Amino acid sequence: MAGTLDRRSFLKVTGTTTAGLAGILASGRAPAYAQGQKLHVVRWVDFVPAADEALKKQAVEAGKALGAEITVETINANDLQPRITAAISSSSGADIFLLQHNLAHLYEKSLVDVGDVVDAIGKEQGGYYPAAEGLAKVNGVWRAAPHVVVAGMIAYRKSLFDEVGAKEFPKTWQAYREVGKKLKAKGFPVGQTAGHTFGDAPAFWYPFMWAFGGKEVERDGKVAINSKEMVESVKFAAAWYKEAVDEGGLAWDDSNNNRAFLSGTICATLNGASIYIESLRNKEKYKTDTGALMHTDIQHAPLPAGPAGAYAYHTPFNHGVMSYSKNQKLAKDFLKWWYGKPQMEVWFTAQKGFAQGLTKTWESHPMWQQDPVMLPFRDAASKLRLFGYAGPANAKASEVYSKYIITDTYAKAIQGMSAEESVKWAEGELRKIYVG
Amino acid sequence: MKPIAGGRGEAGQVAARLAVAPAAVPRMGVTARLLEDERVLGWLLLVPTIALLATFIAYPFVKGVWISLTSATVGVPGVFVGFKNFIKIWNDSIFQRTAYNTFVYTGVATVAKLTLGMWLALLLNRHFKGKRLVRASMLLPFIIPTVLSTFAWKWMFDPTFSVLNWTLYHAGVIQTRIGWLTDPTLALGSVIIVNVWRGMPFYAITLLAGLQTVSPELHEAAAIDGANTWQRFWRITWPLLLPVTMVVTLFSVIQTFADFQLVYVLTGGGPANATHLFATYAYQIGIITGLLGEGAAASLAMFPLLFIIVVIQLWYIRRVEGA
Repeated sequence: MAGTLDRRSFLKVTGTTTAGLAGILASGRAPAYAQGQKLHVVRWVDFVPAADEALKKQAVEAGKALGAEITVETINANDLQPRITAAISSSSGADIFLLQHNLAHLYEKSLVDVGDVVDAIGKEQGGYYPAAEGLAKVNGVWRAAPHVVVAGMIAYRKSLFDEVGAKEFPKTWQAYREVGKKLKAKGFPVGQTAGHTFGDAPAFWYPFMWAFGGKEVERDGKVAINSKEMVESVKFAAAWYKEAVDEGGLAWDDSNNNRAFLSGTICATLNGASIYIESLRNKEKYKTDTGALMHTDIQHAPLPAGPAGAYAYHTPFNHGVMSYSKNQKLAKDFLKWWYGKPQMEVWFTAQKGFAQGLTKTWESHPMWQQDPVMLPFRDAASKLRLFGYAGPANAKASEVYSKYIITDTYAKAIQGMSAEESVKWAEGELRKIYVG
Repeated sequence: MKPIAGGRGEAGQVAARLAVAPAAVPRMGVTARLLEDERVLGWLLLVPTIALLATFIAYPFVKGVWISLTSATVGVPGVFVGFKNFIKIWNDSIFQRTAYNTFVYTGVATVAKLTLGMWLALLLNRHFKGKRLVRASMLLPFIIPTVLSTFAWKWMFDPTFSVLNWTLYHAGVIQTRIGWLTDPTLALGSVIIVNVWRGMPFYAITLLAGLQTVSPELHEAAAIDGANTWQRFWRITWPLLLPVTMVVTLFSVIQTFADFQLVYVLTGGGPANATHLFATYAYQIGIITGLLGEGAAASLAMFPLLFIIVVIQLWYIRRVEGA
């Protein structure tokens, strides 16, 4: 397919503007650039190493196709924001940054309009899920190109749940608390971070708050966190943590629960599919205490429902082209090339379900039929509520997230502060952000 | 230069020679004359230093002060807002906690480093086999990059796999795990422990150098007069070491007060802001949240406090030296 097209014939295909985009999408190739042009892309170190390896190979291919040198740099996810801030402040650095969550809102003034990329990919791939617009469209302009979400599901040990009589994963928080209590007593607590870390903490505590009817603000932006429902959720969390959770989770980052689960010290944890994927990658390395292969004992389930329902926050990943970049056109063409179906197929399958597309086409990918354990992840991107609910996922919502206010509201109560006091603290912090 | 006009005969020739004579001495240019002036030369020699200080210290500092007075956010220059950012952080409960943490961290760590450093220096000042090896190995915590050693400590304090907990449990000292990094008080204690571990060699080696300048005759004379070990330390060693101790403490207080790497790696300021210091909180607000104005204000908040501490210590050092 892409490999048989030389640059000359490609340029013919892309000779007209309208045919150009069709050419890029059909061939997986974009226009050639002046010799020596360089493109620098910064992303996180993927939890699925095979996907990073695939991307680095794709960068070489893209370099050939676009006639430019493309460098993909991967850094620790928690270091992405500092890197972006430094780049914007000095007006120099990578041309494309990975933007997690709704960070496009925070960096709006430093990102170029990528509407053409978004439109082309949306048209090719069956449109976007509703959350994409809230994440990346700022004041009517697409400031980032929505890419994927890394869904958070509860990875749990089926055998351990069976032992305490839970034949299927608990559907409600109350039921999960009861099961967790029994399992902690047997030496297998639930694992859940309440620390300052980018993914697993917000992906758990925001939906937890929503499940009990708590919310940051009303639709009009009025701070609404100090509610009876929120106080109840904090009370529940503090009790649940003590009864059912490994209390070391207060200091966990995004990788601690992976290690704890794979070493067999916890019974369940909210996570991307990386635990399961790792257990498949090194089957003999990870075993249960009975000697069974760990991957055979792992199942996935969505977060349970609270009094107000069941919700999810799956960590979204978008890419933004920086306004200081001298290679904006090349950057956009690279995104079109990489997001396009032929290349996305390569990267998406390397992910083995860890990442789910924000365009609708990927939920019907044949890969989902191969492994029923991964099935709960398939349409995760369609069920996504964003930071700042019930208001918009704007820069203020980003600020609340960046300061870990929601996570800390629960962490404080877990550490012993009364639920009322903890929620009052959160209200004060939110007022400073939303009211000023 | 023209010869003096109007001279005739011998007198005239003498006058002409006299007039020509100065030209035989090399003429001083403007530059040379300026360089001959000590005041000008002094300033010129200072220019490279002033340029370096202005570029790398004064400019960032002034820029930081300016940013703290604006509403700058990442990518947006912002407008002048006066002391609004300072007022906002002053009323910020996380900032208040941060200020408390910073004082506790600096105070406890400095006292511990001084006490243990002095003790170690006194031990190392004695003669024993393998003294050089012990002295060299003592510097290891100071030599290893902080990020690297802090990662090792992070593993030792790990909530699930802590080797410290494992050892204490198997030694029968504890029955349940100690939450080194999960309990707010213990977490602050843990970062202090790592800071003391890292900073103590600096104290020890500097105080050891000071100890070696203390004449043994003074100790011998005091011993003959019947002074016991404590009296010899308190009446002879301590007063003679005081100037060195004050300088070491001054450097250490500045470094500890503005510490960043250790907390950033070990706890990230958590759990629930229990270990944030001025530098880490300023970083979180300014660099992560993108509120550059507020971040600069939080960062500058440590300046007056640090300034007062430094002034007091310098004043005390001068007084001790004067005495």
